[in-house]
Amino acid sequence: MTIAQIIFIAISAITVIASILVVASRNLVHAALWLVLSLAGVAVLFVLLQASFLAVVQVVIYIGAIAILIIFAVMLTRRVMRETKPQVNRYWWIGALAALLLFVTLVVILNQVPSAASSVSELPLPEEDLLSMLGTALVDVDGFVLPFEVASVLLLAALIGSLVIARPIKLDAEEGDEA
Amino acid sequence: MDIPHLVEWTIESIVIVVGLIAGFAYLTLFERKILARIQVRIGPNRAGPWGLLQPVADGIKLIFKEELIPNRADKLLFVLAPVITVVPALIVLAVVPLGPDMMIFGHNVTLGIAGDVNVGVLYIMAVSSIAVYGIAIAGWSSSNKYALMGGLRATAQMISYELALGLAFVGPILLANSMNLMDIVNAQRGLLGWYIWLQPLGFIIFLLAGIAEVNRDPFDMPEAEQELTAGYHAEYSGMKFALMFMAEYDKMIAVSMIAATLFLGGFWGPFVEQIPLLGPVYLLIKTIFLLFVMIWMRATLVRFRYDRLMAFGWKVLLPLALVNVVVTAVIVLVGG
Repeated sequence: MTIAQIIFIAISAITVIASILVVASRNLVHAALWLVLSLAGVAVLFVLLQASFLAVVQVVIYIGAIAILIIFAVMLTRRVMRETKPQVNRYWWIGALAALLLFVTLVVILNQVPSAASSVSELPLPEEDLLSMLGTALVDVDGFVLPFEVASVLLLAALIGSLVIARPIKLDAEEGDEA
Repeated sequence: MDIPHLVEWTIESIVIVVGLIAGFAYLTLFERKILARIQVRIGPNRAGPWGLLQPVADGIKLIFKEELIPNRADKLLFVLAPVITVVPALIVLAVVPLGPDMMIFGHNVTLGIAGDVNVGVLYIMAVSSIAVYGIAIAGWSSSNKYALMGGLRATAQMISYELALGLAFVGPILLANSMNLMDIVNAQRGLLGWYIWLQPLGFIIFLLAGIAEVNRDPFDMPEAEQELTAGYHAEYSGMKFALMFMAEYDKMIAVSMIAATLFLGGFWGPFVEQIPLLGPVYLLIKTIFLLFVMIWMRATLVRFRYDRLMAFGWKVLLPLALVNVVVTAVIVLVGG
C-alpha cells in the first residue's frame, strides 16, 4: 500500500463514519458538526485528486457558508442545549430505498471499470493550468456558458425571492409596520 | 518532494507558528503601551525593562489559573472550541510570501511556505471562514445565555463581513490577473505600484471588514463587556481563555500582514533585490504600522450598536465593495 492509499482509506473512513453520525446523532448541533467533518473529508479527497480549486471551494461554500448557516439557524430557533430529536421520521424508508438504489448503481458501474484504473496513483495532469481551463470553460461559448448563466439567473431569483419574503410587511397606517 | 524542500518547509512552518505565538505575546504589550500613551498613562513598566517581561508574567499567571468547565457544558466541544479557534489563525499565513527567492547553501529557497500556490487568495477565504466555528461552538457549548448571545452575534457578524472582505480581495486579483499571492506582490514593485493607490476604496473596505472579522473595536460587539460579560468566552479560564485571546491577536497580525501583501506592496522595498533578507523586514514594518492603526482605532472610536453594525455591513460596506469590483473590472477590461 502506498502512502496515498493509506491516506485515502483513512479519510474515506472518517467521511463515512461522520456521515452516519449525522443521521444517527440525536442532538441537532452535534449532527450539524458531524456534517461539517464529513464535508471536510470530501475536501481532503479533492486534494488527493489534485483538484485544489474544488477543495478550497468545498471549504468556502459548504463548510464556510452552508453548514455555518445551518448551525446558526439551529442555535437561533431551538432551545439549544438539551433538545434531542428522534433520528427517523415517517419517510425513512424512502430515504433508505434511494440510498440502496444509489449504492447498487455505483457498485454495478464501478465493476465495469478496469481494475488498473481504479487503483490510487498519481494522476496524469495536462500541461495547462487546470484552474484557468476551468475558468475559460465556464464563459466559453463552446463550453458551459449556458448552464453557468442559467445557474446565475436561478441564484439571482432565489436572492430576490428571499428579499421579498424577509421584507417587513406594511400593514395599515394605524397599526404601523410589524416586522 | 525531496529532503531539502521538506527541511525548508518544516523550518518555515516552525518559524511562522513560533513567530505568531511570540507576536501575540508582544502585541498585547504593544497594545497596552500605545493605549496607555494615548490615554496619557505609562502602561506596564514593572516587569523587566520597559515592561518587556510583562507578557511572560501574564503567561505564567494564566498557566497556573484553575481550568473551570461548567457543569452543564458540552464537555468535549467546550474543550475543542479554543483549539478550533486558534488553528485557523495559525495556518492562514501559510500562503503569504515573506520574501523573494534567494540562494542558501546552493539551494533556491523561497521565503514563505506556499506563496506560489495558485489558489492562494481562496485559501485565505476558506481558512477565515472556518474560524467562525470555534466561536460559535464556544458560545453554544458553554451552556450560558450570555456566551450563547455572544457566539450568535459573532457568527452573524463574521458571516456578514466576510462578503465585503471577499469582494475586497477581487480588486488586487483583477489588477494582478492572478489569485497567486506571489504574482500579486510582484505586480506591486516600487512605491507607485502599490495597489493602495489604485484601490483606495478596496483597501479601506478590506481594513474595516478585516477588523470586523477579528471582532476588534469598534466592531467588538461579540464581546461587549458591559452587556454580555465578555461574550462567547465568558466561561473560559486559564489556558483555554489564553488560546481564545491568542486567536484574536494572531488574527489581527494575519489581517494586517495580508492587507500589507495585497495593498502595500508586500515585501518589496528599497534594496530587496540586492539583499533578499530585507523582504521579511519590510513586510514586518508594514504589518506593525497596520497593527498600530488598528490599536489607534480602538483607542479612538466607540462601539457600534448591534443593529447599526449589521446595517453598516450589509447596506454600506457590501454595496460599496460591489461597486468597487464592477468599476475595477470595467477599467481593467477597457484599459488592459
